[in-house]
Amino acid sequence: MMRALAIVERELRKFIRTPVLLTMTLVMPILNLLVLGSAFGGQVRHLNVAVVDEDGGPAARRVMDAIYTLQANGDVVRPVMFANEVEAARGVRDGSVQGAMILPSDFSRRVYAGDEPRVGLLLDNTDGVVSGAIRGLLTGAVQEARRPAPTPRVGRAVTLDAVELYPFMPYMRYMLPGVVTLAMFMTVMIGGGMSYLDDKQRGVHEGYLVTPITKFELLLGQNLAGVVKSVAAGVLVALMGALIAGVLQAFTPLRLLALVMLIICVSFAFMTMMSCIMARMDNPMVPRAMFGVLNTLLYFPSGAIYPVQSLPGWLRWISVINPFTYGVHGLRAVLLKGATLPVVLPDIGFLILFSMLMFTGAVTLFRRTL
Amino acid sequence: MSAVNAGSGSRNPGDSGEPAILIEHAVKQYGSFTAVNDVSFSVGTGETLGLLGSNGAGKSTLIRMITTLVPLTSGRIRLHGVDVSVNPDRARLSIGVIPQAMTSDVDLSIEENLSIYAKLYGVPRAERRKTIPRLLELVNLADRRNSLVGSLSGGMRRRVEIARGLVHYPQILILDEPTTGLDPVSRTDVWEMLTTIKRERQLTILVTTHYMDEADRLCDRIAIMEKGRLVALDTPFALKQAVPGSRASTTLDDVFVHFSGRELVS
Ligand SMILES: Nc1ncnc2c1ncn2[C@@H]1O[C@H](COP(=O)(O)OP(=O)(O)OP(=O)(O)O)[C@@H](O)[C@H]1O
Ligand SMILES: [Mg+2]
Repeated sequence: MMRALAIVERELRKFIRTPVLLTMTLVMPILNLLVLGSAFGGQVRHLNVAVVDEDGGPAARRVMDAIYTLQANGDVVRPVMFANEVEAARGVRDGSVQGAMILPSDFSRRVYAGDEPRVGLLLDNTDGVVSGAIRGLLTGAVQEARRPAPTPRVGRAVTLDAVELYPFMPYMRYMLPGVVTLAMFMTVMIGGGMSYLDDKQRGVHEGYLVTPITKFELLLGQNLAGVVKSVAAGVLVALMGALIAGVLQAFTPLRLLALVMLIICVSFAFMTMMSCIMARMDNPMVPRAMFGVLNTLLYFPSGAIYPVQSLPGWLRWISVINPFTYGVHGLRAVLLKGATLPVVLPDIGFLILFSMLMFTGAVTLFRRTL
Repeated sequence: MSAVNAGSGSRNPGDSGEPAILIEHAVKQYGSFTAVNDVSFSVGTGETLGLLGSNGAGKSTLIRMITTLVPLTSGRIRLHGVDVSVNPDRARLSIGVIPQAMTSDVDLSIEENLSIYAKLYGVPRAERRKTIPRLLELVNLADRRNSLVGSLSGGMRRRVEIARGLVHYPQILILDEPTTGLDPVSRTDVWEMLTTIKRERQLTILVTTHYMDEADRLCDRIAIMEKGRLVALDTPFALKQAVPGSRASTTLDDVFVHFSGRELVS
């Protein structure tokens, strides 16, 4: 054990001497949270929409009023008047407007005649989010044309009264668990994977291997050190992220305990996985190249940024054996839903099992010779 | 996991009569390439043996086999009677290794480097407290004990490596090109230090070098390897005698040229 601890001591002494490493592993996830969290999932606003009013009648006026209301409330839509459909179409193509609405010359007449009034909508469907938002907003606005109609609407739409279990959840909060997991993953990747192979190439390992340390002790030391670094990063990012996303104040000691337990288990899972992957590797460029691959393969299908339920079958299989998934799931429960230890036990169970498997793999694969 | 007794007890080899290093028909193959080809020799306890040979001759490979880093393809190596393939951990305890590449941690201080290695060798705390200051004294780095290794000159770093190889009181010290890349003064420093250490601890030393003058002055015997084979092994004096047309002015350079079958353009 003294030998394993000597390895831990060495790694941690190096770690605290290179604060740039720690900073990097913290900055990237926090930036992720701030930029992506604010950029995505928020309402799309400031949409320029071309309007061609060939009708000029009272129904068209009412539609226009509705659009001005949208503009007044949060500047969601900005109507830009165009003379004709051709020009509006050109505007959509060259991107000066994001969509165009054409109120045809017989619009008001048809509204009053109850004769299926139609409104033309030109959308730039290369951007699904924006065109979806415009379609939704304008559909609402167009309904206004019929509002003062004397007869009540026939065939009323069925409305769905959704009950939200948790208070309003901005995208930043949705991302928080994934970002915490990402911080741990990056720490393990840099502090566990890359630095290990750099050491190996510089011959530091050759130095270790002439001492009587066993491969079990060597791997144990490396894994423990990696876990300590990863837990430090995980806890820091979790607390900072929770503060930024505004969920920290709701924390009880029991929830903090669950949080730390989860972070430890995720760290073990990542670190043992990394040591299993690195066991037979020599080239320090490999983990650098692999970072992108693993990130894509593990982070994206984990439910960290998009729900697992939306994944196609083969991706779902990755997500089932992916420690990221369990980390994100558990952390989401603790950080956002107020769960304590019992709720996340299944996640913790999987992570422990996964870690044991990976560590066994690492010990089996690792060679104590050059 | 058990702390290994690395104190004075392990200094006396139990199996007397066995040479410190015994190499019998050692072979190392990398695929179809034979890096070390049927090498046999022995090094007596307390002897200093210089291993010479051109680049790629197989010196480092042989040293890696002796230090358990590379398994033998065939043959046998015993250190004080301990077979390195059968009982590698015991073999490791009896040797201090200074590899060709400088492998101390540049981000750690001299003392931290030594302390971590002492722990890896299972040297108990009380022993560590005594040994490390003594070693720092020995390699003339006591006043720099807290300097980061990365801030040291090449010669100082070599001395750190040498001290590191001695933290567990090994009986055999194995150095791969300890003076390569050092200026003449640092080279002399290193050798003087090795001489002192040797006198103090009755070490057996196996050292490789490309500097013939060093080998001539400091080694009891010289082994020359070429293309994986051992081509000569004797005292510097005898080797010079063996060169055809040898004179009083014959140097080890001439010996090297003769045995390596190559030309030295001068
Ligand atoms: N891991 C390996 N795989 C394949 N070939 C190897 C390996 N290690 C060494 N060799 C080859 O074995 C031969 C001997 O190498 P070695 O490092 O032992 O030479 P050396 O005598 O120490 O040379 P130098 O004086 O340059 O240090 C070289 O041709 C080298 O390419
Ligand atoms: Mg060499």
